[in-house]
Amino acid sequence: MLTDFPITGKKATRDGFGDGLLMAGQQNKNVVALCADLLGSLKMNAFVKAFPERFVQVGIAEANMMGIAAGLSIAGKIPYTGTFANFSTGRVYDQIRQSIAYSHKNVKICASHAGLTLGEDGATHQILEDIGLMKMLPGMTVINPCDYNQTKAATIAIAEHYGPVYLRFGRPSWPIFMPENLPFEIGKGILMNEGSDVTIIATGHLVAYAMEAVKKLNDEGISAELINIHTIKPLDEEIVLDSVSKTRCVVTAEEHQRNGGLGDSIAQLLSRKLPTPQEYVAVNDSFGESGVPEMLLAKYGLTSENITMAVEGVLKRREVMHF
Amino acid sequence: MADIQDLKKISSQVRRDIVRMVHQCQSGHPGGSLGCTDFMVALYFHFLRYRLPFSMEGHGEDMFFLSNGHISPVWYSVLARSGFFQTNELGTFRRINSRLQGHPTTHEGLPGIRVASGSLGQGLSVAIGAALAKRLDGDQNMIYVLTGDGELEEGQVWEAIMSAAHYKLDNIIVTVDWNGQQIDGPTNEVMSLGDLEAKWKSFGWKVLQMDGNVIEDVLSTLEEAKEQTGKKQPIVILMKTVMGYGVDFMMQGHHWHGIAPNDEQLSKALSQLEETLGDY
Repeated sequence: MLTDFPITGKKATRDGFGDGLLMAGQQNKNVVALCADLLGSLKMNAFVKAFPERFVQVGIAEANMMGIAAGLSIAGKIPYTGTFANFSTGRVYDQIRQSIAYSHKNVKICASHAGLTLGEDGATHQILEDIGLMKMLPGMTVINPCDYNQTKAATIAIAEHYGPVYLRFGRPSWPIFMPENLPFEIGKGILMNEGSDVTIIATGHLVAYAMEAVKKLNDEGISAELINIHTIKPLDEEIVLDSVSKTRCVVTAEEHQRNGGLGDSIAQLLSRKLPTPQEYVAVNDSFGESGVPEMLLAKYGLTSENITMAVEGVLKRREVMHF
Repeated sequence: MADIQDLKKISSQVRRDIVRMVHQCQSGHPGGSLGCTDFMVALYFHFLRYRLPFSMEGHGEDMFFLSNGHISPVWYSVLARSGFFQTNELGTFRRINSRLQGHPTTHEGLPGIRVASGSLGQGLSVAIGAALAKRLDGDQNMIYVLTGDGELEEGQVWEAIMSAAHYKLDNIIVTVDWNGQQIDGPTNEVMSLGDLEAKWKSFGWKVLQMDGNVIEDVLSTLEEAKEQTGKKQPIVILMKTVMGYGVDFMMQGHHWHGIAPNDEQLSKALSQLEETLGDY
């Protein structure tokens, strides 16, 4: 239940990446890291200090970085590339597609500052399409952890998984609520709260807001089930279908475009196996803008209030549709 | 020293393979393949230290990367003639369910290939990664790369060129197929490359030049390049070639970049290329 996930502190998910990368490097000598002039932002300095010979600075040349990473992986290295999510995906899509995904290279594309919560730098840097871009690539694993602990655990876990991975995390300090030593299982969703009226499926920063929403709904007498989906691809179909077959309605929440994100993955699953009323909490076909992260999330409709409103909406639809 | 007559015989057979493969599926890129045949034969039959059966990791052996993947016919032929796979598989080129895709790929598991190429400008970056891994592993073997000249219009190539010099990579030999032709016409009309030698030099590379269709020059220049390795500087060979070399009617400009010969043209081409090792 939600009480198993108390908030224990606050740290950025990118700090989880930096600390996880250092640990992955300590555990596996094949782990190497590359960065495109954003060491501080990606929190990679501890790894560089510990393993200077296993670090490649590529400068502001992300396309070259993806190719070098693919080349390093051929001999058995496990390269982690680090830059902002925008430059990790859209800028280098063809390099990832040909040299990494199609060539099935064991490269870990680690992307910080994803989504609106990048904040003041504005829409040029706030990519909201990256999950869609990456999940369309055959063989690509797409992971979007929710807090410091989960990001750290994911960073360590992906070293043991052979194949290309897109690991997405963010800039702002954010509540920590996942247990510190919870093993990270790629492709396994986490049931954070059992409920019977509605299923809320959230990923990334929006899991924290979904937890708030579950508490508010509970106060209103609505029993919400909460699933934390850190791996968007491959999707844990079982945990979704088990829950939705019970609640018969679903709300998805993510810091991403409605098109191509977690919500679309859920909708695609349900349309094939269990048609269900669904509401999206996501950015609706729009670019972001400069501002304080929390204010941006509010302006673009990604708050706990938006989740509770979506729940109320989907409950009504379920009633009307006699699901 | 390699037996030059042997290499010439292999080159003739590889050129036969190229035109036959492209004719059979009526698709592919014979021009650049024919132009680079002498280089590829010299590389695989004299310089490259490789082991069979093929291993992806390539520990303790040289590696070759083809960045201009559209000249796959010459690579496939040389790989087959070197024993990476059976020569009769050349007949499946560009056909459904084949490991010999239009552009090289690891996806179908064809021995000899370590990364997909075809979307231009990416191979040098991958090769630099492989060279860095060899340095990290203390592996003294070499990384060879072939790129096109038109391909140098891709910005990523210059990111890669800049980085190899920055890393003082001295276990990599890049060869540029400098045939001066690309799909839409002569390179100097489509997009001028300017003073290529000065450009590579100013990026910190050791620059050599050779005539890629004179096997003696290819052998001596590659030998010189090898001698220049280990000196904290990457090496590039600007290789002058003639697109379509070896088939007279294909040696006119860029026309034969990416079209296939018809039956009559195939006969004419084969009449100019001695069958030395047996057709597949």
